[in-house]
Amino acid sequence: MIRIKCPYCGERDHSEFTYGGDASVEYPALDASVSDWTKAIFFRENIRGNQKETWHHTNGCRLWLEVERSTITHEIKSVKACHPQIDKITKNNS
Amino acid sequence: MTSIRIKNYGKINKDKVIKFTWDNKEYSGYEGDSLASALLANDIRIVGRSFKYHRPRGVMSCGVEESGALVTVGSGSKRDPNVRATTQELYSGLNASGQNAFPSVNFDFGGINNYLGRFFAAGFYYKTFMGLPPFEWGKGTGIWMVFEKIIRKAAGMGKASREPDPDSYEHANDFCDVLVVGSGPAGVAAAQEAANQNLNVILIEQDSLLGGNNLAEKAFDSSLLQKQLESKGIRVMSRTTAFGVYDNTVVGALERVTDHLSNPNTFLPRQRFRTIRAKYIILASGALERHIAFNNNDIPGVMTANASRQYLNRYGVLTGKKIVITTNNDSVYQTAIELHEAGSKVTVLDSRKNIKIDLPKEIEIHLETLPFSINGSRKIESLDVCKTSDKTNKNTIICDQVLVSGGWSPIVNLVSHRGIKPVWNEENLCFVPGEIKENITVVGSAKGIWNNEDCIQSGIVGANEAMNSLGVSKKTISHLSVGGWSNPINALFEVKSNKFPSKSFIDFQHDVTAEDVRLAHREGFVSVEHLKRYTTLGMANDQGKMGNIIGLSLMAEQLDKTIPEVGTTVFRPPYTPVPIGALTGRNVDKHFRPLRVTPMHQWNIDHGAKMIDVGLYQRPWYYPKKNETLSDAYIREATIVRKTVGICDVTSLGKIAIQGPDATELVNRIYTNPFAKLPIGKARYGIMLRDDGIVMDDGTSWRLGENEYFMTTSTAAAAKVMSWLEELLQTRWTDLKVNVTSVSEQWAGAAIAGPKSRDVLNECVLDPNKITNEKLPFMGVLQTKLKDGTPCRVVRISFSGELAYEMYIESDYAHGMMDILWENAQKYEGCLYGLEALGALRVEKGHVTAAELDGRVTIDDAGLGKMASTKKSYIGSAMRKRGVMGADDRDMLVGFYPLNEKETFNAGTIVCEKNNIHGQGVGRITSVTHSPELGHWIGIGFVKGGLEKWKDVTLVGADPVRDKQMEIKVVSPHMVDPEGKRMYA
Amino acid sequence: MTRFNAWNVFKNGFTGQKNWDRQWRDPVPKKEYDIIIVGGGLHGLATAYYLAKNHNKKNIAVLEKGWIGGGNAGRNTTIVRSNYMMPGNHEFYEHSLKLWEDLSHDLNYNVMFSQRAHVSLFHSPSARDGAARRYNVMRLHGTDGELWDLDTLKNNIPHLNYDNARFPILGAAVQKRAGNARHDSAVWGYARAADSLGVDILQNCEVTGVKRSQNNIESLETSRGTIKAKKVGFAVAGYTSVLWQMAGLGNLPIESHKLQAFVTEAIKPLLDHVVVYGVGGAHFYISQSDKGSMVFGGDLDWYKSYAQRGNLPIVQDSAEAAMAIMPCLGRIRLLRHWAGVMDMSMDGSFFICKTPLSNLYLNAGWNYGGFKASPASGWYFADLIANEQPHRNVQNHNLERFEKGINIDERGAGPDPKLHG
Repeated sequence: MIRIKCPYCGERDHSEFTYGGDASVEYPALDASVSDWTKAIFFRENIRGNQKETWHHTNGCRLWLEVERSTITHEIKSVKACHPQIDKITKNNS
Repeated sequence: MTSIRIKNYGKINKDKVIKFTWDNKEYSGYEGDSLASALLANDIRIVGRSFKYHRPRGVMSCGVEESGALVTVGSGSKRDPNVRATTQELYSGLNASGQNAFPSVNFDFGGINNYLGRFFAAGFYYKTFMGLPPFEWGKGTGIWMVFEKIIRKAAGMGKASREPDPDSYEHANDFCDVLVVGSGPAGVAAAQEAANQNLNVILIEQDSLLGGNNLAEKAFDSSLLQKQLESKGIRVMSRTTAFGVYDNTVVGALERVTDHLSNPNTFLPRQRFRTIRAKYIILASGALERHIAFNNNDIPGVMTANASRQYLNRYGVLTGKKIVITTNNDSVYQTAIELHEAGSKVTVLDSRKNIKIDLPKEIEIHLETLPFSINGSRKIESLDVCKTSDKTNKNTIICDQVLVSGGWSPIVNLVSHRGIKPVWNEENLCFVPGEIKENITVVGSAKGIWNNEDCIQSGIVGANEAMNSLGVSKKTISHLSVGGWSNPINALFEVKSNKFPSKSFIDFQHDVTAEDVRLAHREGFVSVEHLKRYTTLGMANDQGKMGNIIGLSLMAEQLDKTIPEVGTTVFRPPYTPVPIGALTGRNVDKHFRPLRVTPMHQWNIDHGAKMIDVGLYQRPWYYPKKNETLSDAYIREATIVRKTVGICDVTSLGKIAIQGPDATELVNRIYTNPFAKLPIGKARYGIMLRDDGIVMDDGTSWRLGENEYFMTTSTAAAAKVMSWLEELLQTRWTDLKVNVTSVSEQWAGAAIAGPKSRDVLNECVLDPNKITNEKLPFMGVLQTKLKDGTPCRVVRISFSGELAYEMYIESDYAHGMMDILWENAQKYEGCLYGLEALGALRVEKGHVTAAELDGRVTIDDAGLGKMASTKKSYIGSAMRKRGVMGADDRDMLVGFYPLNEKETFNAGTIVCEKNNIHGQGVGRITSVTHSPELGHWIGIGFVKGGLEKWKDVTLVGADPVRDKQMEIKVVSPHMVDPEGKRMYA
Repeated sequence: MTRFNAWNVFKNGFTGQKNWDRQWRDPVPKKEYDIIIVGGGLHGLATAYYLAKNHNKKNIAVLEKGWIGGGNAGRNTTIVRSNYMMPGNHEFYEHSLKLWEDLSHDLNYNVMFSQRAHVSLFHSPSARDGAARRYNVMRLHGTDGELWDLDTLKNNIPHLNYDNARFPILGAAVQKRAGNARHDSAVWGYARAADSLGVDILQNCEVTGVKRSQNNIESLETSRGTIKAKKVGFAVAGYTSVLWQMAGLGNLPIESHKLQAFVTEAIKPLLDHVVVYGVGGAHFYISQSDKGSMVFGGDLDWYKSYAQRGNLPIVQDSAEAAMAIMPCLGRIRLLRHWAGVMDMSMDGSFFICKTPLSNLYLNAGWNYGGFKASPASGWYFADLIANEQPHRNVQNHNLERFEKGINIDERGAGPDPKLHG
């Protein structure tokens, strides 16, 4: 069981969360080219090692989190809220 | 072997006699017995049959590693195959029987396989059974499948019940600072040390009694230990097996709650699956004694030496009268002494020379001596022995039992679950755990530490490691060294036989022999994983606990490599087998998934609704009048809606409150059609695309205020859309000031559809003047009150194409709303309608749902291209026409009529050209209904190039899986009221 | 090489099984090969076999970092079927099924393909219609497929949960020619057959570097030395991205996810078909091995991973899904569970295609479908490497299909790899 330290709820089983995807993907502007969008949504670095990724605390506070995790050992290095302002608030409160 | 119960031995309760049944015959044992000890006490030698050769099997161990005494316990729906008799506690009325044998394990026709063994070498089945013997003539799989039937019947071990499992199971969750696995000396020491520092400690023990191998000590008292541990606040869980170690020091454990009881209380679950989240794990899982491969080393009466000591001191069973103990290490000598003291004639064969051991003179000891071959087939008659230096010269020792100790293997399984490879210790001839980088440590004999005092010390060190790691201490850690015997062990894995076929077994259940390993080598299966898969070594119920290392050593010998160079297979969870029922817990039958019902669920049922599952929801399907079929009912309901009015529960639609200064910007970015100028008090139908430009969902959004919207989604996509909006706002568009809240559960909704819907509504609301065509035009939104004063929201919206509204109310008031709506609808001869009629009405109008929007359909394909704005950018706008997605021969939404109006068709029918009924055809029918309005069956679906291309062509609907084929024509999907006048009425 | 047949098995019974040869050689790597296939799984071995057999190619090597069949070939739940409907996909998987039907004879190795029928349950009228679409497409391609109503289903498999299921079972879509096979023996069979045609199978030969010119691969650095190649094929599902990046080629439309599999203790015959279903967010498939174990699996672990081990939530989910349709499984004990690393692609379909490098070919993105696909995968990949252009059945199975808007997404799940299970 991966245990994720949600900055709002505390440490919880990963089954409370939904895995999102690679957090490093930068989505282009809505009117960007097909080629830019294709790269962003279809192509992945697929890191074998530490990767930044998104998780949604679906069965909890519903925050989207940026988790740095090893895709080899599942060890988590860091967790923070994706939204910069929420990140600031949760950091201040902790 | 002649095994008997003896006086003054054992921790069993001799005051309590327990009757049990073995192979339909009654026997007795004592409270505290295992099934195996009770069988031994009754001198029952043959208790099983092996997998392949059906050789007789006796009790070979005293624990979870047992691969001989696998039996079936219970009967009927509570029949449990493959139970290890060694770990099954005896209870009154226990009913056990032999398995994998006909008619019985005592006399088994399958024993013929034993004589065919020379042909049934490892992997022989890969070389034949393909075609007609002897040269495998033929093609295809036909002949194999004839053989397969026979093979399947012969294979398998016990027979399972086909009845639903009547027992209940439950899940439990535990948290602790330190979890100690195993209650032997090391585990106990570790738990106590950690508890002394006020850490929250759980100690789990698979056995019913605490003590681990201390239970083999005559003087050991387990109940004292239990009290001692509990007094320190340690949570002790016995009969609980840590079956797997998972990420973040989470352990899966199985607690057997009633498997040892004859009449358990019915409120008790049979077993509990515990998920234990520990901050630190100390594994004190012990070690297992190995066998030695030599000819006929599987005859009933062969047992590990330590098992015999367990039977003596724990169960008071002396397992033989004339016992030969054969060993390569020191661990057997205490056993030899105790067996001798208990009255057996004991002879020890030690493969070593120059060892220092003090033994009573009555115990014969032969150094540099090996077991060569056992004589006997159903029981041991004698043992041929030879000198290590001269294997041709044999002596025969008359005996009834052969005890074996080929060394000890630390139980590294749980560490292996973490992907940590064990390390070979040449001095002690065993694998010990490799380096662990997580909050896990291993102590005691699980680490290859043999002596009791050393194990205790090792447990304390482990506790210190845990406390250091948890930040409660800063102690210096000095690990104990592996080993501890006074005379070094020497390598003895196999005594080679000169016979062929030899019966020198290394996997007793799967009948894998030393010869099989050499055959595997000869054929190139030299990697350990290939060895395992080719010979099935280690794939039986014990998962290689006994045989793996012997197999490795034999392969190493063939390859002229060392054991660590050959490697080791990866132990996978579970450590011991876990019933699927326990893992499932209470989530069985109707509780497999939660049931979602709408707030008017009971109201619907009270009003005669037949329900249907839609995702996790149950929704009204139809409301039959008496004797009506589904078809009768939905046609009546749909007809009434078009004629007067109908009421339908639409609560399952997703509902999302969108609030904030950027609410408009959000909805404008996620819908394809423009929302920027939607006035307050108006709603709009909208389509959302995925990033890749494919339709994600359709729904409506109502503007309730300058900064507030109420969004509805389809039932199926409700959760997905909610998560999607949250993702966009929290990860991509973090500058937008807007908040989204799921209010699906807060609002109950009903559709009121039909030409009389306005009249009905006016009777229901407090101020009827507000609901007129002018004040509440099509797509108008009104926040008002029901006659009883309850606030509600009304939107004029239509899925049926009729004048129609949806009314939403706070969920707690749903019954009241339905009462009022229904009371007034009846005044207009209205009806309640369900999902089937709803479907019929929308198909008539060509409205799409999930049946059409299958994740491959574009907005243009669905005929909704007009809703895709060209003036703004939105999610999916860049991608929706990429490449062939903009082509004009795509599958586009159309309507279908059967050419012959009396004909029916089904959804899932493939549309083909008349002269080419093949492949994917030119289209497909996705939804069908009988149209009450048109008086015949209609459908919607897709066809390549759309209506324009096919409107005058007769096509064929091919539905071979339902033996149907019909001629069809393509029409506009808007089949009823195509101009859409009615909804504006 | 001694042929495998009953006669030789019988003969060896009298000669102490001493006359069997190595099933494949253990050659020393040559300095250069015409074609190197990286990946000694089923796909790589099958490719080598068909290159030699169908295209008469010589001087081929298969490079395997560990032992052949050690990846997903030896970790899957062994189901073989061809119930696909998207253009190209159906033709491909049906071709694969046909190859399976004669594979034991072709390879002279019993791969134990048991055409015991693949029974896909449905639980709602709309699921039935969805299945009808798929199975109609199959039928219209000449492939077998049928719908069983509830009575037929009950007659065939009487012990499913008909009385008390959360989602009532209404019937099943059935492909009778489908079934299961013995995964390891397919690996060994292909290896032995390829070896006998001269293919060098190099185990413990891990690719550690790719030496490139501008548009070409010149050689591969391996744990057994540098090996030159005129053509290179990658068939390393699960680790495709790793190798792709080693070749300096950037990103792929693939994520690596892990899928767990489960076996129980062996029991006497309990289930004679392959049974699968998906409802209520669950996804489940089960069959019984010839040895007697129930072999089953469910969903991915839902998060990206290269670890070949799973976590408890999916263990529990899969157990629940098992009991939901077969309540008698409650007392059957799970013996072992493990995980494999899947190449999950962005549309759930595979890649057999050329690459930006002129002598590199890609075989990847098998999602859940790799085992059944392996014969055809080898067949079409060999065809591509030999003829340097894709067969029409795999003409859209390339890396450009996303930008081109070509949709061969069987599930319609969209560009989220974890949803294509």
